[in-house]
Amino acid sequence: MPPAIHIENLSFEYKGNAPKAVRQLSLRVEQGDRFGIFGPNGAGKTTLMNLMTGLLPYTSGSVQLLGHEVKNNKKFINTLLGFVPQDFSFYHELSPVENMEFFGAWAGLHKKEIAQKINDLLSIMSLQAVRNKPVNTFSGGMKRRVNLAIAVMHEPQILFLDEPTVGVDVQTRHAIIHYLKTLNANGTTLVYTSHQLKEAEDLCNKIAMIDEGRIIASDTLNELLKEHRQDGLEGLFLTLTGREYRD
Amino acid sequence: MFLMPIVLAIVIASVQNSTFELVNENKLPVLLYNKDSSEPARELEIALAKVGMFDIKKVHDIQNEADLKSRINTKDALVAIVIPDNYSEEVLKKAKSVAGEALKNIAIQEDSIQHTADNIIPVKLYYHPVLQRSFRKSIDGMLQSALQFIQSKYIVKNVYYAVNEENIPEALEKQIITNQTPVTEIPVSKGDSRQIPNATQHNIPAWTIFAMFFIVISLGSSVVREKLNGSIIRLRTLPTHFGLAIISKQITYVLVTMLQAAVIFSIGMWLFPQIGLPALSLPADKPALLLVTLICGICAASFAICVGVFSNTQEQANGSGAVSVVLLAAIGGLLVPSFVMPSSFRFIMQLSPLHWCLEAYYDLFLEGGNLRDIWMNIIPLLVITVLLQIIAFYGLRRKSLI
Repeated sequence: MPPAIHIENLSFEYKGNAPKAVRQLSLRVEQGDRFGIFGPNGAGKTTLMNLMTGLLPYTSGSVQLLGHEVKNNKKFINTLLGFVPQDFSFYHELSPVENMEFFGAWAGLHKKEIAQKINDLLSIMSLQAVRNKPVNTFSGGMKRRVNLAIAVMHEPQILFLDEPTVGVDVQTRHAIIHYLKTLNANGTTLVYTSHQLKEAEDLCNKIAMIDEGRIIASDTLNELLKEHRQDGLEGLFLTLTGREYRD
Repeated sequence: MFLMPIVLAIVIASVQNSTFELVNENKLPVLLYNKDSSEPARELEIALAKVGMFDIKKVHDIQNEADLKSRINTKDALVAIVIPDNYSEEVLKKAKSVAGEALKNIAIQEDSIQHTADNIIPVKLYYHPVLQRSFRKSIDGMLQSALQFIQSKYIVKNVYYAVNEENIPEALEKQIITNQTPVTEIPVSKGDSRQIPNATQHNIPAWTIFAMFFIVISLGSSVVREKLNGSIIRLRTLPTHFGLAIISKQITYVLVTMLQAAVIFSIGMWLFPQIGLPALSLPADKPALLLVTLICGICAASFAICVGVFSNTQEQANGSGAVSVVLLAAIGGLLVPSFVMPSSFRFIMQLSPLHWCLEAYYDLFLEGGNLRDIWMNIIPLLVITVLLQIIAFYGLRRKSLI
């Protein structure tokens, strides 16, 4: 069984004189993992996420999803992954139903499947009552749920989540984390980044710490805590990345 | 995308229709201040009235020419003609002199004629500065023609009297001094269908093109909005290629431009006659009209995509899009006819896709052309469209959007 994600010697730099955002990075995420990627601001988390999802083109190294090289199989790779970006990525003037119909069609789903998925996901996300209202009238938490619902419509095998709960209330956060665990229990590999370290402790079984474009630690959360004699992710984070401001 | 172009087409066609009628049918109000009550001056009044271009308003209630100027300043009329008080005297004197000169040359009369000095007080033409030079020149031409007519009339009278010692018969005088060669105006046409140029035939094609290119506001800002709200990221992580999204968007907007053209043409054909404007007459070659409209729509959508790809904010897309369309319309001959542009503008004009669209439409709408006549306009339009697509593609690649 191929790993969900296999990265070898990946390097990437933005145009201009910016330093390399990712440097000789290697990483392995197994199928069924709930994998957290953490690091200070500017460490390269979002760049790495964009490289894994094919949003940024890499010229050095290799990124494979379920054994398929991302840069050579973009269209197929997109059937395997789902992406929940940090920023809302949908049409704000449309309703959740209209957004899901549109993106479902682009994901290659048939009309019947789309209708079924809309009903199921809007019920799970508790958005049935507002299914036909424009999203721009929604609260931040409701928008986060729409963002997530669209990303999982085509039942991706690997779901990338870039700060999926930023700016939401406790209830919404619990509901989202609960749903993500359910997805994972059904076989979806989760790749997650966040600054909500308590939430991450609850969700992730494996983590990688990234700083200045390099992986500085990667293992199960328990092993890393034991190794660095910490009792929580926040302490581990500060131990590995230091206490200086990074932005 | 529909209402504003329609309002624009109606307003501009109405305004320009007045100009067309001013030149072709309506008469220009002219104040006439005749200080001379003798026969030649009265005949000059009649000759001016017969020109057909002027609506002569004789003024009696003024003290001097300064009063006349103030009436022009208040736009009672844009033009005033002042006949000096010695006009008749000078015309008669000049006629006698010229006639004597002519008769001396054919040795009928002794050299007893007094030559007139060339210090004749001129007929004055006052005009408001808003009157364009070309229009002023045509008024001047008309006035010269009327003056020439009176002068010739009295010269002929003098010559005839000197030779025959009796007054010239009216019929003969008329034959001598009036033009015997008629002029027939014929608009040049490439096909059998001859369109009489009018404001509708000129304006509907021009403003239809303008409307089509104004989709830049909607399409350009829609691309920017998708970049900003993250929908592009979502589309790029779905199995369908994002390029298809861009193409679908363009196809939708090309259909919108076709619909715009259909609506504006329909309004020209059916609504314009109801509101007193000339009806739009569609070209005989309908497939050619469809082809030009389609390519114009594709070009407009390509231009809008370009603006959207290279703009960073919706405000930037709206502002630069609108201004660039107005600029392209101006250099393309939509606002000012291309034949009056300076020669240095001829090359720049050819860079505007709107110019080629307009030329193709004019070939069809005004000249009765067909598909063969418009190829030379369609080819540059296609070249510009392909260039815009390449630039948009390059922009999408540069911004890692495809």
